[in-house]
Amino acid sequence: MNPIPVPLLEVDRLTVAFPGHVAVREASFAIAPAETLALVGESGCGKSVTAFSVMRLLPPNARVASGRILFDGNDLMTASRPEMRRLRGRHISLIQQEPMTSLNPVLSIGVQIGEVLRRHERLSRRATRARVVELLDLVKIPDAHRRIDDYPHNLSGGMRQRVMIAMAVACHPKLLIADEPTTALDVTTQAQVLDLLGDLRRELAMAVLLITHDLGVVAQWADRIAVMYAGRIVERASIVPFFARPMHPYSHGLLGARVDVDAEEHYLTDRLTEIPGSVGSAAGETGCSFAPRCPMVQPSCRLAPPPLLELADGRAVACPITAAQTGAPHGAAVG
Amino acid sequence: MGRRIAATFKRTAIHAAPTVLGIIILDFLLLQLMPGDAADVIAAESGTATAETMAALRERFGLDKSVFTQLVNFLGHLATFDLGFSPRYNMPVLDMIMTRLPSTLLLMVTALSLALLLGIVLGSIMAAWAGRWPDRVLSVVVLLFYSMPGFWVGLMAVVLFSVKLGWLPSDSNMTIGANYTGWAMIADRAAHLVLPALALASFFVAVYARLTRASMLEVQRQDFMRTAEAKGLHPFFIQLRHALRNALIPVTTVAGMHLGNLLGGAVVIETLFGWPGMGRLALEAVLARDFSVLLGVLLLSSFLVILANMVIDLLHAWLDPRIGTT
Amino acid sequence: MSTPDLTTPLPVTDLGNRAAPRKGRRLRAFARNPTFVAGVAILGIVVLLALFAGWLFPTDPQDMVGPPLLWPGDDAEFPLGTDSLGRNVLALLVHGARASLLVGISAAAIGLAIGMVVGSVAGFFGGWVDILLTRLIELFQTTPTFLLVVVIVAIREPSLQTIALAIGLASWPTVARLVRAQFRSLRESDFVVAARSLGYSRTRIIVQEILPNALPPVIVAASVMIANAILTEAGLSFLNMRDPNVVSWGGMIGDSRDQLRNAWFLTALPGAAIAATVLSLNLVGDGLNEILNPRSDP
Repeated sequence: MNPIPVPLLEVDRLTVAFPGHVAVREASFAIAPAETLALVGESGCGKSVTAFSVMRLLPPNARVASGRILFDGNDLMTASRPEMRRLRGRHISLIQQEPMTSLNPVLSIGVQIGEVLRRHERLSRRATRARVVELLDLVKIPDAHRRIDDYPHNLSGGMRQRVMIAMAVACHPKLLIADEPTTALDVTTQAQVLDLLGDLRRELAMAVLLITHDLGVVAQWADRIAVMYAGRIVERASIVPFFARPMHPYSHGLLGARVDVDAEEHYLTDRLTEIPGSVGSAAGETGCSFAPRCPMVQPSCRLAPPPLLELADGRAVACPITAAQTGAPHGAAVG
Repeated sequence: MGRRIAATFKRTAIHAAPTVLGIIILDFLLLQLMPGDAADVIAAESGTATAETMAALRERFGLDKSVFTQLVNFLGHLATFDLGFSPRYNMPVLDMIMTRLPSTLLLMVTALSLALLLGIVLGSIMAAWAGRWPDRVLSVVVLLFYSMPGFWVGLMAVVLFSVKLGWLPSDSNMTIGANYTGWAMIADRAAHLVLPALALASFFVAVYARLTRASMLEVQRQDFMRTAEAKGLHPFFIQLRHALRNALIPVTTVAGMHLGNLLGGAVVIETLFGWPGMGRLALEAVLARDFSVLLGVLLLSSFLVILANMVIDLLHAWLDPRIGTT
Repeated sequence: MSTPDLTTPLPVTDLGNRAAPRKGRRLRAFARNPTFVAGVAILGIVVLLALFAGWLFPTDPQDMVGPPLLWPGDDAEFPLGTDSLGRNVLALLVHGARASLLVGISAAAIGLAIGMVVGSVAGFFGGWVDILLTRLIELFQTTPTFLLVVVIVAIREPSLQTIALAIGLASWPTVARLVRAQFRSLRESDFVVAARSLGYSRTRIIVQEILPNALPPVIVAASVMIANAILTEAGLSFLNMRDPNVVSWGGMIGDSRDQLRNAWFLTALPGAAIAATVLSLNLVGDGLNEILNPRSDP
């Protein structure tokens, strides 16, 4: 796959700081129109914070320390608040992780979906209602005419997430940010909701920033992947080459820790690989944050954080050791 | 919606019934504890009472019967809205209370609305500027009002607005002998209402402000607030439509719990401002040692609280769609 | 947000977490909390004045000692002036602190005692005992508190004891609710189940196992209860339902009502004393709440 010619979203060396710690360091990535980028990492690695910075919806104590975010050619960091509000819900929309708490319990779902339409499309009350029914049909909620006046507590988790999706796609956004959209759902519902999102993304030609820690979802869904570790992007790649040949030792670890289709055989022949240590061990590390857990660590790794090295085919990796071995077989890297 | 509200109404009505009975029995027991009975009061009034007339009076009022028979009689009388007869005022107790009820209701409803309105507005402002100077200043002011006796706030307001500035009247509920009609009458009544209502509301403004602040801050942390922001809605609209309505649910619960205190506070405030309501009647009854009137006031105020609580429950059901569904 | 029901304690006194930090850390938390320190400082001054009132102003404060209606600052001998009967306002205020604190503390103690017994029994046993006691709590909460106090005081003579008893009898439902909610949540906790399986008696489980863990919100409620009792006592005294031989702040306000036009300081000063005392207790309560029930930041 070629590097993206005209990106829809371009995040350039974004750094986000909370009092006492830095959540995101120098993160850079881009998404082309209608493309899906998966942002992958352990919980607490800064992927949600990255996503919220794109919408400028960070918690009040967080601050963007440096970096640029370009959306459709506009710098979102310097956009005024009214400009941001015109963008949110219309061109960029958000699906949150927890469908049980992301809907307002005292407003009917019809009102909550209608709100975004009325805000951005200035529809009349009747037209809004008709559109909301269409949207509920679109996300395959049965009996949309009656369901429109239901409150969130009348709906199951999967149904609520469908409502969230209806709300997110209501104005045909160019970019959808989905923050672990299926983590809180049970397995069957997960598959249904993912299928729905997949269909809609094609139908509406939306770009998606998918935040997840589930590599199964990534393999099935994403065009490209960005792996985050302790606030840094450590590897960027297209899906097929990534799964064929992960480069960063942490990516290796992630793939190794995944129980895949061959799990049975894997169990018989080998122990399930796990990454030793935890993200917490990155604290106070002056060099590469992964160094304390890395099986390939060299003394030079501890001196300075390795830069993200651009390789061929739009790949990038923040590990000089594996980058130098490009082309070499990686089977022996872990284990 | 309508069905849900109706279900709530039915549920609260059924729930209130035993409380009503309990209050009647509590009232009766307190009446039994009172020193002297109606016969003593009448005897003291007339000044000439022999043992025979006393016995005759007791028989007439059923005071010679057992406590249980008296309770049954008491309940029987209540069933026909008979709260007894005040020998002191030579009037049925219920009639006396009923002439005072409208004034008390007016004061109570005004004070409660004022307290809720001011409390919610102040609490929302404090939450919106949490930790910054408007919050700090208002927090101190609110804490002061939370600590000052309402009647003292009233007296100080009288010094300022009546004595020094001469803006507002501080006695009774209308200008005696002015015989205003139409708008002039309404303006006169309203002017008389301002200070007592403010004095009665002051403490509760603080209660609701503190509560609104806490619950607004709690709501800000909810995920649905980010959902609303992600729709591109205006922050003011988000606070009004998404945050406040959720925050009001605990506020109304507490408002219901404070109704009794509000009505109790009216005793002092009504006395202070010469407001011709039930609270002042209670104190007059204490001074006159006319206990049937005192307990009648207690009984009716309790009923009033139950009634008001039912209104609050309905409001609650209207605010929170999760209530009243099975 | 969960569906609120009437048994939920108010957010102000909500029990956040039960994991008690070590003692040293907690003591430092007290010293570092400005709200708590300010409250304790004001309260300390009031308590000291009340304790040493007889030493500071040994003569009966009700005696006429100077010309009537001196304004504060008129005469160095009476820094806060004199009232219409020529009594020293400062001496009255200092002696008045005794009545307020005495009634406040004993009324709160009575209310706490009743409330804790009713609340723990209702919360621990559940079932019909709980239903019955909850009804009783509701009953007392429905009755207008101040009016109930007036009725009880009217039954007996208005002495300090009667007033404290009446306020205590009218104010226990709040604590009962709080304790009941605590007991209901703690009843099924691991350590209580363990104590049950060890065959401890119910009394022992209630008093030794659950009660200490249910205390933090009750301690916060106690300071607010004292504050409210002082306010109620002031209202009663203002209405002249008081012991005429005891100086009280509310009584001073009641006595000075006729002088509101020409000597409003006679009303302002005792009211300010009440407000300062109640404020200190509320500050202590807020501080305790912040320390005992910390809220984790998002």
